[in-house]
Amino acid sequence: MRRGTIAPKKSFSQVMNREGVAGYILILPFIIGFLSFIALPMLMSFGFSFTRYNILQSPVFIGLENYINMLTADPKFLKTFGVTLYYVVFSVPMRLIMALFVAMLLVRSTKLSGFYRAVYYLPSIIGSSVAVAILWRRIFASDGVLNALLQSVGIPSTKAWLGSQDTAIWTLIILAVWQFGSSMLIFLSGLKQIPVALYESATIDGANGVQRFFKITLPMLTPTIFFNLINQLITGFMAFTQSYIITQGKPRDSTLFYTYYMYQNSFTYNKLGYGCAMAWFMTLFVGLLTLLLFRTQNKWVYYESGR
Amino acid sequence: MIKSYKLQRGITSAVYHVFTLMFAFVMIYPVLWMVFSSFKNSDEILRTAENLFPAQWNLTNYATGWRGFAGYGFNLFFRNSFVIAGLSTVGAVLSSAIVAYGFARCRFKAKGLWFACMLLSMMLPFQVIMIPQYILFNTLGWIGSYLPIILPQYFGQGFFIFLNLQFIKGIPIDLDEAAKIDGCNIYTIFIRIIIPLIKPSLVTSAIFSFMWKWDDFLGALIYLSDPARYPVSYALKMFSDPTAGSDWGAMFAMATLSLLPIFLIFLTMQKYLVEGIASTGIKG
Repeated sequence: MRRGTIAPKKSFSQVMNREGVAGYILILPFIIGFLSFIALPMLMSFGFSFTRYNILQSPVFIGLENYINMLTADPKFLKTFGVTLYYVVFSVPMRLIMALFVAMLLVRSTKLSGFYRAVYYLPSIIGSSVAVAILWRRIFASDGVLNALLQSVGIPSTKAWLGSQDTAIWTLIILAVWQFGSSMLIFLSGLKQIPVALYESATIDGANGVQRFFKITLPMLTPTIFFNLINQLITGFMAFTQSYIITQGKPRDSTLFYTYYMYQNSFTYNKLGYGCAMAWFMTLFVGLLTLLLFRTQNKWVYYESGR
Repeated sequence: MIKSYKLQRGITSAVYHVFTLMFAFVMIYPVLWMVFSSFKNSDEILRTAENLFPAQWNLTNYATGWRGFAGYGFNLFFRNSFVIAGLSTVGAVLSSAIVAYGFARCRFKAKGLWFACMLLSMMLPFQVIMIPQYILFNTLGWIGSYLPIILPQYFGQGFFIFLNLQFIKGIPIDLDEAAKIDGCNIYTIFIRIIIPLIKPSLVTSAIFSFMWKWDDFLGALIYLSDPARYPVSYALKMFSDPTAGSDWGAMFAMATLSLLPIFLIFLTMQKYLVEGIASTGIKG
């Protein structure tokens, strides 16, 4: 384009068509959106986390007080953190195991495969809806479906599953495990990528089904499991709707999830500064956890050479 | 010998199907129970919860439920949901495709940095930024309107950018080159060549976007206060609050209806959903 030392004046359309310019024009929506709806709010929330702030009056700087109060003076904070941790520790592995089990079941291709896949995937599509949350309240009520079914097979049960501290959280864990569908589909496509030759040669070498599962299937799936694990840990720690609609955190805060308490602080008690501090605490915690998991990756996640 | 082998295979296959079917039945039993209960009398739901089928089928629950609460019918809530989910989806699909094309086909300064930001936005849960976003939208005076719920969708969504990006990368660059020789520029290549070829990923993004926004409850909870603006998900929550009386029949009728659009999408678009999840690992 350049002739001699004098660059000819480029027309507007020529500038627009330079790759470096066009790239920025194309991703401009993302840049604007990221800066204004993600980066700016994150920065704001970092700032507010060092203040006392109730939307009506201007924020007052109080240094680390929110963070210190959180860890030393607010037993409810620790309680909700514990409840959430308990929920994640049980629901995430159980959901992964369930997903893997059903995927192993459906990897066999029959005329009904498509139908099975659809049915097993359905709960995952509707599981996070308000409709199912309402349904859950009826299933686990003392005069609900579960007790009625138990009675009809001769087990007398009138337990209020949602009203007892030891079982209420489990109704939410069951709901989470029930939504195993997407992980199942991811496992299913992972299973189908394992070369059949591996199984064949293992069988020739005398490996039985259990050995084939632990020596071939599981190691070959570890990248998929790793990916699922990270994804679900993040969603698990952020669980909100279930606790809000099904149990309202009851009984005695035994199902009060972290994000629900954060919501209460910010919007019910008008302690937005404290809410922001809680949000940052959780972001850092989940971020560190993810980082740690990535560190352990080379100990247990098996990547085929060349990948 | 061959015969007994065939017989054995037949038995194995029968056992497999019986088990898989029964387990599937257990899995979807709650949903079936809710759908069938929506045709029961309200007291029957409580009295004989162990029964799946209604003693007598009737549609009164649907008529009662449809009337809604606080003077607003479910026809309004459904319309609101369609407006929110529809407008959000249009924005999310279009903007994400454009951004994905930029990332896939152009070299520009600090591309790595912006790409990292995109991945970050994918990982970052909404709950983490909901409080400062609320403060931001409150300053702008948008609380009570649909703007805080819909507008952010028009700036590209990480998951959909990623999905389209993978698709565009699969399109041979020779096509772009050929179009360039024929007089296309970067923008017209996108419209004439890329868009028609990434229809599957556009459809997949549209399906997910619509389903997520249809289900979305948190946005309405935080930003909306006027019942006339409630989407179905939030209206259902208000409708089910014990203060509104516990007409379980009407609740289940409306709950069933609220799932209907998602269920229809699921039935007709299953192929796209399955491929979308398998290729990106998006959660459903």
